[in-house]
Amino acid sequence: MGNYLLRRLIVALPSLLGISLILFVLLALAPGDPFGELASNPNVPPEVREALRIKFGMNDPVLVRYVRWLVAMFQGDWGFSFASRVNVDTLILQRIPTTLYVVGTAQILALAVALPVGVLAARRPYSIFDQIANTFAFIGFSLPTFFTGLLLILIFSVNLGWLPFVYRADLQATGWQWWWESIKQAIMPITVLGLYQAASYTRYVRSAVLDVIKLDYVTTARSKGLDERKVIVKHVVRNALIPVVTLVALQMPTVFGGAIVTEQIFRIPGIGSLLISAILANDTPVIMAVTFVFACLVVLFNLIADILYGWLDPRISFR
Amino acid sequence: MTEAVAAPATAPAPLLTVRNLTKAFPIKGGLLKRQIGSVRAVDGVNFHIEPSETFGLVGESGCGKSTTGRCVLRLIEPSSGELNFEGKDVISLSGESLRALRRDIQIIFQDPYASLNPRMTIGAIIGEALTIHGLAKSRRHYEERIVHLLETVGLQADHMTRYPHEFSGGQRQRIGIARAIAVEPKLIICDEPVSALDVSIQAQVINLLEDLQQKFGIAYLFVAHDLSVVEHISRRVAVMYLGRIVETAPSRQLYSTPKHPYTEALLSAVPIPDPSVKRKRVRLKGEVPSPINPPSGCHFHTRCPIAKDVCSKEVPPLKASDEGHLVACHFR
Repeated sequence: MGNYLLRRLIVALPSLLGISLILFVLLALAPGDPFGELASNPNVPPEVREALRIKFGMNDPVLVRYVRWLVAMFQGDWGFSFASRVNVDTLILQRIPTTLYVVGTAQILALAVALPVGVLAARRPYSIFDQIANTFAFIGFSLPTFFTGLLLILIFSVNLGWLPFVYRADLQATGWQWWWESIKQAIMPITVLGLYQAASYTRYVRSAVLDVIKLDYVTTARSKGLDERKVIVKHVVRNALIPVVTLVALQMPTVFGGAIVTEQIFRIPGIGSLLISAILANDTPVIMAVTFVFACLVVLFNLIADILYGWLDPRISFR
Repeated sequence: MTEAVAAPATAPAPLLTVRNLTKAFPIKGGLLKRQIGSVRAVDGVNFHIEPSETFGLVGESGCGKSTTGRCVLRLIEPSSGELNFEGKDVISLSGESLRALRRDIQIIFQDPYASLNPRMTIGAIIGEALTIHGLAKSRRHYEERIVHLLETVGLQADHMTRYPHEFSGGQRQRIGIARAIAVEPKLIICDEPVSALDVSIQAQVINLLEDLQQKFGIAYLFVAHDLSVVEHISRRVAVMYLGRIVETAPSRQLYSTPKHPYTEALLSAVPIPDPSVKRKRVRLKGEVPSPINPPSGCHFHTRCPIAKDVCSKEVPPLKASDEGHLVACHFR
């Protein structure tokens, strides 16, 4: 197991290098640079702009700049944000907790809804409960988050005035008040994101359970005299979870990406909105760092999926 | 149609009595998913099994023999009929007493690959039943029991920690058998236990089942479509056609002097391992009719070589023709 982990991590290194190279070259070749705006500013003479470009080494060949970025990266220097005038790592570390809080809770909500609903729906396929669950799941993933998000804001913030529609990382309140406020402002984004995910997970759990529930070993378990609840939990759900785990683990990085939209709607100062504003400001070091973090997440969650696989399915061994 | 007539007065009390067992699966259709018909998979089946005997149930695929087996265990709920096991009314059992019944009646499945949970070790698969029914007093006793069971079916103690995928089909079926006998049942439903295995392995598993019967006095309801296997293992055999039993007789008698025209046709299809012997083959015309809309009267009249008018009008009762030989035909 330890060996397996080590080998997987070693294999991950070249792929991360490859990803970073492609990202870097793409960004370098894309039109526009952090000093683009200075060109339209009459107070900044072209010489100053050129001097800045030389100072930050932006006229060097792409590969030279890539190697320089890589070396700095390994030394823990993630670059400097031109737009925010702080180090990129400080900026990312500031934003990540908010994103983790919102996205993480939304995922937990999604699984907490999808697992029981999916299993119950599959227990009695085509029953009334199954039909209702299916209909809601269908509606759920047909509605994009930007629509449901705006709808919720319209209802609960504008019309009813119950919930704030701007997410603030710097709440003024203290003590219980602070907890109350931070829960209140997170309700809508978490609901929107969580239920959207829950919809597709439900359909997935249902079909995974349906695949397993008809198998002979489930009948075997029943014929042993096991009670129905244990049959479902021990023999059905544990086996049905294998494909679900893959889906959830491999979806996680996508969820971070998908959260960008939700973060924009609710103005959550998370990593997604950092990426958007960096792209708009041509803030290359930030774009590079954030996309690279996403790439690392993909690799990491793939690894987690593989480890969970081995744990759930004894036929897969860590070799 | 009662079978009591056939059972000799001196015979021991039957272990299992099945009377008028019927299972109809509803067919739903249309816009509102209303029931528009039903498949009568099992249609008024009567038989009994005595302690420590093997009762064979044969028929073509789809004739309802597997459904009958599963109804006995209530893995499928029968639509109507009576099931009596050792004087207990099986139909009325529920909850705790139904689970207790599953200590006395066990089942072995056709597919040895699908019937074992891939994520459990062999020890856990066999041991689960021991735990459920409280048959192991201590951890040590539990393990000893499992080792003993594995050795009884011809496997080894160290197989306990392995997973099903590490075994061959024949070994898996042995595991299935070990699992079934773990709770010391009185009756095992063998649902085509050897049809998925190689012929050489089939013989081994059949011999194992016979050995276990001698050792522990287990009765078998042996469901199969392979006539020669059933002849070999069973004391009495019933032939099913479209959800009904058409003939029941002691094994040797059924195979030497079949009475029902369907049984004759079925038996004449068994190959003889001697090319010089020519047999009069009874060929049936057409296919098995759909159980959704079975023929009126005798279900077999559409394909029967000796059918007359009465056959499409009246259902022939299963009546005794010889000692212990029952046949459902108007003319035999």
